[in-house]
Amino acid sequence: MLSHLRPALVTMGLFTALLGLAYPLAVTGVAQAAFPYQANGSLVRDAKGTVVGSALIGQAFAAPRYLHPRPSAAGAGYDASASSGSNMGPMNPALAERVKADADALRVEDPGAIIPADAVTTSGSGLDPDISPAYADLQAVRIAKARGLASRDVQAVIDAHVQGRLLGFIGQPRVNVLAVNRALDARAPG
Amino acid sequence: MNWQGWAEIALTLGLAVAIAWPLGVYMSRVWNGERTWLDPALKPVEALFYSAGGIDPRKSQTWHAYALALLAFNAAGFVTVYAVLRLQGVLPLNPQGFAGVSPHLAFNTAASFVTNTNWQSYGGETTMSTLSQMLVLTVQNFVSAATGATIAAALARAFIANRGEGVGNFWADLVRTTLYVLLPLSIVLSIVLVALGLPQTLAASVDATTVEGAPQKIALFAVASQEAIKQLGINGGGVFNANSAHPFENPTPLTDLITAVSINVLGWAAFFAFGRSALARKEIRALVIAAMILLSAGAAAVYAAETQPAPALVAAHVDASVNLEGKEVRFGAPATAVWVAMTTGASNGSVNGMHSSLMPLGGAVAMFLMQLGEILPGGIGSGIAIMVVMALLAVFVAGLMVGRTPEYLGKKVEAREIQLAMLAVLIIPLSMLGFSAIAAVLPEALKGLMHAGPHGLSEILYGYTSATANNGSAFGGLSANAPWWDTTLGISMMLGRFVPIVAVLAIAGGLAAKPKLAPSVGTLPTHGGLFIGLLIGVILILGGLQFFPALALGPIVEHFQALAVVAAVH
Repeated sequence: MLSHLRPALVTMGLFTALLGLAYPLAVTGVAQAAFPYQANGSLVRDAKGTVVGSALIGQAFAAPRYLHPRPSAAGAGYDASASSGSNMGPMNPALAERVKADADALRVEDPGAIIPADAVTTSGSGLDPDISPAYADLQAVRIAKARGLASRDVQAVIDAHVQGRLLGFIGQPRVNVLAVNRALDARAPG
Repeated sequence: MNWQGWAEIALTLGLAVAIAWPLGVYMSRVWNGERTWLDPALKPVEALFYSAGGIDPRKSQTWHAYALALLAFNAAGFVTVYAVLRLQGVLPLNPQGFAGVSPHLAFNTAASFVTNTNWQSYGGETTMSTLSQMLVLTVQNFVSAATGATIAAALARAFIANRGEGVGNFWADLVRTTLYVLLPLSIVLSIVLVALGLPQTLAASVDATTVEGAPQKIALFAVASQEAIKQLGINGGGVFNANSAHPFENPTPLTDLITAVSINVLGWAAFFAFGRSALARKEIRALVIAAMILLSAGAAAVYAAETQPAPALVAAHVDASVNLEGKEVRFGAPATAVWVAMTTGASNGSVNGMHSSLMPLGGAVAMFLMQLGEILPGGIGSGIAIMVVMALLAVFVAGLMVGRTPEYLGKKVEAREIQLAMLAVLIIPLSMLGFSAIAAVLPEALKGLMHAGPHGLSEILYGYTSATANNGSAFGGLSANAPWWDTTLGISMMLGRFVPIVAVLAIAGGLAAKPKLAPSVGTLPTHGGLFIGLLIGVILILGGLQFFPALALGPIVEHFQALAVVAAVH
């Protein structure tokens, strides 16, 4: 065993320097030089340059004039320093209660066709930036009313932001909530 | 379920095997010490390791010496991780200002990362400093993966040896696998992932003011460099608590496809590398097919389960065509389902959706794939090694039926091999079921559960299954950062890692010493459909049957409860 001590300590030390420091620092250097936008979190800024969020990270919207995201289990909701799912099992009574309460509230706020599942379920990260096109469509009437727009104008903004499946079969159709809301604000400040 | 979903699942599974083929040839060249096109850049670095460590890379070690070297290296890693975590409060590169972690969490995390498990009893962005993430997670992600690869290299040599003694040099296998395979692939993949949206910065967070005017603190890290080796090394420990469900670890369907393929690619590559190094390409193709049949069945079963009506959605009269609790909209059921199968079939353990919120049968499949022993395709090298152990058991069973001394790849399989093979495969249920049985009646353990009833039992069973299988995924409802859970899960990780490793190396030592036999008319062919069927039977009986009673009390009961709720509403 003792004869293995020197190679064990030496290789561990060299690996730590090479893989723990040189590798991430070198990749950081390349990333910051070549892809500064992505490498720093795909940050979205307003006209004054203030960071309003990340294009990849969901954020809370509650006002009627905005497209609302999914419920979130990250911290108190969309806490981007404490990502988390609800971890509730499918038979958890608290899950059934939460879904029912959210669905009932939604039927008052956005009456319409059947409620899509993403409207009443929390995502795995709690930071899902997207909702389904069906859930976005459901909210168009309410947003239009709050902004004094025709609902087909709101629908047009939503439709312009629908991302389809990659190559027609990879991933799911989706709408980025922050992007739609910024487009709505740019079009008609509510 | 729709055709797009099935196509996405098939593409993801198939792409990993397709890319693994050429990579396996390359990996075999690295193990054999043959020339590679990276030699000009890496030979000097490799030589530095040998001269500084006093290592003679051409000296073939006996299996004893090989195993001792492996254990010594892992002990050094364990001590390093433990020390860094305990001291992170006073070490540099701690912009978050986190304190040192508790002794039980440091023990658990050290065991977890050294054993390639990457179970995380903590939330990454709320516990680990930037230095800890780099020195603990990133370094061990590389070297624990390379440690697994070494045993496949040693076992392959044992099959081509003719009355030999040595199984190769552990230090050379470790250094070469890390430098020539893991590091270059990780560099390429991490740059690709940054281009596709993953952050890569030393900043800890950025403060945003949302459109509605609320503050949002967005945690950042050097995500991409760690994500690359987390997947390629079949580790699975995420920078963030939500792991690959987090949009910074996995922002788009394309990054999802790439990182899902990365989970399995080097596991399969090690199958092909073993086949080339052991001069047994046809036989290894049979093992790949057997593993692929089981893995594909698992992915299909999870996809089917996740598109069954979820009771909470049915009861609230909302669209129940997909169980979206714990899933991201951009991934939906198919991408999550194939990930569930690939992460549990390999010993990866990263998640792109929350396993605790899967439908009962989806969670059951995840547990079952781990309970089969992490061979579909398992970790890099550790997967093929245990798969060969299964093949030894399969030829043994066949030998009993026809009354002949079994052979595999030209080596007689005798009592010693079977005893060691049984040790390697029985320690797994012993740890998974034994610890689960104790925890199920221990108030100290039950305090950590989020759910009562069958789902609570599933939390316990999933925890010890994941730890022993060195997987690392979790039913996240379990609050595992407590002395009982941290300690016992850490022990089961070590049992599930090092007992099979030493058993496999002992088998390798014994096989190397035997004469290499030419196949005769009495030799059972081990490359055809008959053998594939036999092997699948052995895997399912060994892995499956012993767990059926436990699964029946957990997810299977829960499944019938869910059916009852759905039926009552309709």
